Amino acid sequence: MDLSIKLGQLHLKNPLIAASGCFGYGVEYANVVDLSTLGGIVVKGLFLEERSGHPPTRIVETPSGMLNAIGLQGIGVHQFIQEKLPELRLYRTAVIVNICGSTTDEYAELARILSDAEGVDALELNVSCPNIKEGGIEFGCNPGGIGEVVSRVRQATHLPIIPKLTPNVEDIASLAIAAEEAGANAISLVNTFLAMAIDVETKRPKLSNVLGGLSGPAIRPIAVRMVYECHKAVSIPIIGMGGIMNSTDVLEFIIAGSSAVQIGTANFVDPFIWPKLLKGIREYAHRKDIHRLNELVGSITTEDQETV
Amino acid sequence: MVVDVEATVLSNVRLSDEYNVLELEVPEIAAQTKPGQFLMVKPEMGPDPLLRRPFSIFEILHDQKGNPKGISLLNKRVGITTELLFHKQPGSHMMCLGPLGRPYKPVCPPTEAWMVAGGVGLAPFATLSYALAKHQTISTLFYGARHGGDLFYLDIFERLGIRIVLATEDGSRGEKGQITAPLENALSKSPPSKDVVVYACGPTAMLKKVATLAESYGRTCQVSVEQVMGCGLGGCYSCVIPVNKDSKSRHYVRSCIEGPVFLSEEIFWEEMDY
Repeated sequence: MDLSIKLGQLHLKNPLIAASGCFGYGVEYANVVDLSTLGGIVVKGLFLEERSGHPPTRIVETPSGMLNAIGLQGIGVHQFIQEKLPELRLYRTAVIVNICGSTTDEYAELARILSDAEGVDALELNVSCPNIKEGGIEFGCNPGGIGEVVSRVRQATHLPIIPKLTPNVEDIASLAIAAEEAGANAISLVNTFLAMAIDVETKRPKLSNVLGGLSGPAIRPIAVRMVYECHKAVSIPIIGMGGIMNSTDVLEFIIAGSSAVQIGTANFVDPFIWPKLLKGIREYAHRKDIHRLNELVGSITTEDQETV
Repeated sequence: MVVDVEATVLSNVRLSDEYNVLELEVPEIAAQTKPGQFLMVKPEMGPDPLLRRPFSIFEILHDQKGNPKGISLLNKRVGITTELLFHKQPGSHMMCLGPLGRPYKPVCPPTEAWMVAGGVGLAPFATLSYALAKHQTISTLFYGARHGGDLFYLDIFERLGIRIVLATEDGSRGEKGQITAPLENALSKSPPSKDVVVYACGPTAMLKKVATLAESYGRTCQVSVEQVMGCGLGGCYSCVIPVNKDSKSRHYVRSCIEGPVFLSEEIFWEEMDY
């Protein structure tokens, strides 16, 4: 079965991508998993400068999920290019760099710097992280902001641009449309949902940052709905994510409209999940007599069914 | 090499109302384990509880030919996963990912080893003791708990010729009070000409006290920290601890891959949560 996927200029050998913030800079996993099994890796979000991130406690387990408030700890783009990228680009997997900024200038500058770096295959724009005080959120919550960031980055690079959309909005499809109109090559969704947990004994929030992002199986039905809505609204490819734990979940996202998927939280539970996902997808394709994965993208049938 | 194994539970021995020891059949992990390393464990499949939890590897189990066949875990019921592990039935299975982390470095004679264990922090000292005994290092175990009923497995250490100093908060066994008191006493009596390395594992408040004592008596100290972990492999940045750095800004490192064993002098104790 042909599992390859085209996201504009970006060609992936299969639709499985490691989500940003869940796979370090990829090199951490090089001795544990065969990185060439993955279609692509999105590295941990980078600012221009180093960032320390939030104090512990940074994660809390919740029913069928988890909250995180890591705070975008990062080594900064220059250290990434010098120390991580040379090794990462040796592996036969697409390298997608997630970039973060407080101003549109910063996103554009990051895009320029990374365009000159050898081995970067695409840029994912973090315009939706709920875990930081400044930046990201302001751009990500309205179509105008998305349009502005994407336009500025578009001018700064020829690399494929993939804005990562926040689900903490009323109408995610409007963000998708703004991204497409401004020149994005694809969109990825969803980032985590703004959430919190409180310790009833101490009466304190369980995260040091008070608020965090919810991920894991608990969010999957909402994420699937959002992929479905965005797929109806735009023509550019969608990379779907949100609580994918197995190949059935991958297929659900593809049928809803994703051309590729990202796996994040599930990788914590099972770092060896990648070949298992491929196996499950191939078994399904064999069962359904499907020869190319892109036949399945957005193939949801809704005849005789209407949303109330 | 890190592996993920579906381990069979060989036995579940109850030690008290709160503690038990699980023996697991995992030859692939047992063969590679170094003292102080840990596993990321998932007792039940499914989304609840979702995440694995880190456990120090306790003992290495051998078959009749002396080949490593498995490991044991020392468990204390405190939350969801430890509750599941308390009740895990022999013959059942659980996922074990490891061995993970930076191990303790055993010292050789003439250097002496002083291990300081608080409660369930005893766990990594079984393997460390075997390693020290192999080097014929003179070793002492300082072991503290709330009460006498929570002091376990002393025979392992006795058999290896390790001197044992006990303390319990209620005075039911050994000295009354924290284990750091007899430790301090011993440090103050130990001549500078004698080289001693301190190894510590237990509650963070205890680690901080041990670190402070070691520093004031000029002794190197290796501590095993305990942090909430997401992945155990360096992917998520959940398990960070603050370390000393030249600049004024905070610097956090991942305790799963740069630890869990650290030199106590590397850690920025003022900011450690406990």
